[in-house]
Amino acid sequence: MDVLVSLFDGFAIALTWQNLLLALIGCFLGTVMGALPGLGPSNGVAILIPLAFTMGLGPTPAMILLTSVYYGAMYGGRISSILLNIPGDEPALMTTLDGHPMALQGRAGEALALSGIASFVGAFFATCGLVLLAPLLVKVALLFGPAEYFALFTLAFATLGGIASTNQAKAAFAAALGIGIAMIGVDGQTGVPRFTFGEVHLYDGIDFLVAIVGMFALSEVFIFLEHRAVHGAKPAEKMKIGKIVPSWSLIKYCTPTMIRSTVLGFLAGVLPGAGASLGSFIAYSVEKRLVDKEGTFGKGDPRGVAAPEAGNNAAAGGALVPMLALGVPGSGTTAVLLAVLLALNITPGPLLFQNNPDVVWGLIAALFIGNLMLLAMNIPMVGLFVRVLLVPPRFLMPIVAMVSFVGIYGISGSSFDLMVMVGFGILGWLLRKLDIPMVPVILGVLLGAAMEKNLRRALTISDGDWFALVASPLSIALWAIAIFGFILPIVLGPTIRKRMQMRKDDAGAAVD
Amino acid sequence: MSDRIFGSIGLALAIFFIWQATLIQESFIQDAVGPKTFPIIIGTVMGLASLYFVLKPDPDPVWPNAAGLIEIGLAALVMFAYAQALPEFGFGISTAIAAAYLAWRLESPPVQAIIAGVLISGGLYLIFRVILGLSLARGPLGF
Repeated sequence: MDVLVSLFDGFAIALTWQNLLLALIGCFLGTVMGALPGLGPSNGVAILIPLAFTMGLGPTPAMILLTSVYYGAMYGGRISSILLNIPGDEPALMTTLDGHPMALQGRAGEALALSGIASFVGAFFATCGLVLLAPLLVKVALLFGPAEYFALFTLAFATLGGIASTNQAKAAFAAALGIGIAMIGVDGQTGVPRFTFGEVHLYDGIDFLVAIVGMFALSEVFIFLEHRAVHGAKPAEKMKIGKIVPSWSLIKYCTPTMIRSTVLGFLAGVLPGAGASLGSFIAYSVEKRLVDKEGTFGKGDPRGVAAPEAGNNAAAGGALVPMLALGVPGSGTTAVLLAVLLALNITPGPLLFQNNPDVVWGLIAALFIGNLMLLAMNIPMVGLFVRVLLVPPRFLMPIVAMVSFVGIYGISGSSFDLMVMVGFGILGWLLRKLDIPMVPVILGVLLGAAMEKNLRRALTISDGDWFALVASPLSIALWAIAIFGFILPIVLGPTIRKRMQMRKDDAGAAVD
Repeated sequence: MSDRIFGSIGLALAIFFIWQATLIQESFIQDAVGPKTFPIIIGTVMGLASLYFVLKPDPDPVWPNAAGLIEIGLAALVMFAYAQALPEFGFGISTAIAAAYLAWRLESPPVQAIIAGVLISGGLYLIFRVILGLSLARGPLGF
């Protein structure tokens, strides 16, 4: 019952006018960002972080704003998937398979409404799961010492590439690069400068917000410059939306699908390294195998819309569990949210639940509220969001770039930071071209210092004996999962990737 | 081929990183591990990963042609210039020019691009300075 009491307190915090307004703004902006092709949840949150700081928000309001953006972007991704057949973000990819065919049949309104409801179901039950699971995980985490934390960080990096990772060496390189960047600056333990080359600006280290905004937001601008606004520039296509209210029988018809997909999506979200893309993929594949008896999946089956949407929104909620309870994010966007917490001087993990219960439970309550707002917003106002899709990238991208500059300049007021940010933008573009994942870089910049600190603590306690790292059963288990998680994609990766590709091609064939 | 070049650069970077790590001045405060060990481990991981790219490269990505590369280089230069110009000329003018440049390069007709630049600059000033009260760079004209 502790949980219910805490949750009740959380609602008391979240239900102030300021927090409600922030949740509303966050949900709205998030949906817009998710709907715009090219901007997904991680870029959306990254662009808005500086804004939250410059507004001088406290930790709880800032987190409420940004997680509302996160949830909102997960909702918004479906809009461009269904109407334009362009996924607004990666997890929304599977929604194009049945969503766009439905739109072509003149049932776009139904598809939008149904996916809105599926998103709500997925996110709502995932938030319930978060409430139940996070405190349990915290109890486990309280047993962790420095050696276990070091193993846990290694696990996070080893599995972050995800099961569909193309090249584990690239993921490892990315993580090492990120951790290497985190080493720049004065060493926290002994006070000596490292890798600063005498440059005073570098003594403080590289601000991770600068790195995140540069890599996520500016690299997007460079990508668009490269492609010269080619894709996403065909909004002239008039799409009949049709009736927006779904019939009761349709919802009932899809209910079992939504429930199964929610469970699968949530599990995929909680597991390290899986994230929302895998959540929607698993949900869709399992559903296709279970209920697609007439072969209607891929041709505009409503269940094929409900499954990935419930799956990816449930995964979004699930991914918050390890981030809040252990301080180790399982996906790109939660890594960005972790950056927000760290920048606010709050260290997530078991102590967060003890020291700042107001932040945790206020946030969780805000997620419930935001979810209701999103449902209310997404069904009647979907027409408005559709109009947002008409903003051409040639105006949108300059705005994205300038907002990033304003935000970072607002925090630090330093031209040097802006130049570092541009440097990270170019680095991000280069990494994307070479197919090197950016999330491990970001996570390395974020967690590198903590990882080293835990290693050194563990070895100080053991007086330099490296076997202390594998002394407890818990740490051995973590190391085993880390190694397993790193090797598994090498074995399974090609098959899964081929299947994801096949689904995409099938859908392409059905649409053309 | 791209991966091989990239791997070689990564390897050079890793070696440079490890070499720099060995040069870190030890302080009189000392713990069991010291400030050098962890960077050396990370450098080794980076080096091994890079070596893998050199030996087993992925297929090449599609690189933009020379014009595309110049495009990106120029945009980056404009952004660097913007960072420098911000404290000198103030938020309003610098932002309008930078935004107009980007809009123009993303294939807006020049007149539209200039209008877009001015509107973006004005809009952001309105939202961030007037409504949110954030301190933006002030130029000689006060905005």
